[in-house]
Amino acid sequence: MWLDITVRKAAFVSAYEEERLLAEAGDAGALVGFQGRVRGQDGELPLAALHLEHYPGVTEDEIARIAHEAAQRWPLTACRVIHRVGRLAVGEGIVLVLVASGHRAAAFAAAEFLMDYLKTRAPFWKREEFIDGSSHWVEAKASDDAAAGRWEAQA
Amino acid sequence: MIRILYFGFLREALGRDEESLDWAGGTSEDLLSLLRARGDDWAAALAPDKVFRVVVDREIKRGVAEIADGAEVGILPPVTGG
Repeated sequence: MWLDITVRKAAFVSAYEEERLLAEAGDAGALVGFQGRVRGQDGELPLAALHLEHYPGVTEDEIARIAHEAAQRWPLTACRVIHRVGRLAVGEGIVLVLVASGHRAAAFAAAEFLMDYLKTRAPFWKREEFIDGSSHWVEAKASDDAAAGRWEAQA
Repeated sequence: MIRILYFGFLREALGRDEESLDWAGGTSEDLLSLLRARGDDWAAALAPDKVFRVVVDREIKRGVAEIADGAEVGILPPVTGG
């Protein structure tokens, strides 16, 4: 499996990343992509931005571990993950996951697996900045743990 | 001496992103107990449900881990990426 993981401030362009990945993906009949973006509303107040931080080196290693776990479950030929950090305004991309495989079922499942584990295992922390200037740290959601837990039951 | 790194809300709640600490050896639980004993603020910020994982020398540990003198120890609050 071709694997490329990046954590950075800069924005991503999905179409460019798809071309790059397909050049390395071999005989892939399926490419599934997911983009997480900053929502304008989370609770009562409109949001201005999210602030993301990570543990340099450790975070990238954990994402690689998650991707290799996905590759053990499904026959993936290529995987690209970009996760942004820093201040991200409403509407900006946060995370890009691209997965290529021979068939769509594997690609869909692996993309979902990667996102569920990215949210519950990879060391990232989000702070919400609201339009009135106030801010608070996002709390971990039990629903995200439950989503990741589905895969463990199938292991 | 070990170097401790704090992330996310812990960094703000504890008012520091890192510190150095004299260390005679022990486990991650020993370290957390020692830090919690610094006062109510520390005990609340580092309550068991506020600590997701401990990272020792850049390796994420699941469960209790040995910490050797000279180690870099990251204390991670529950993660919220994606």
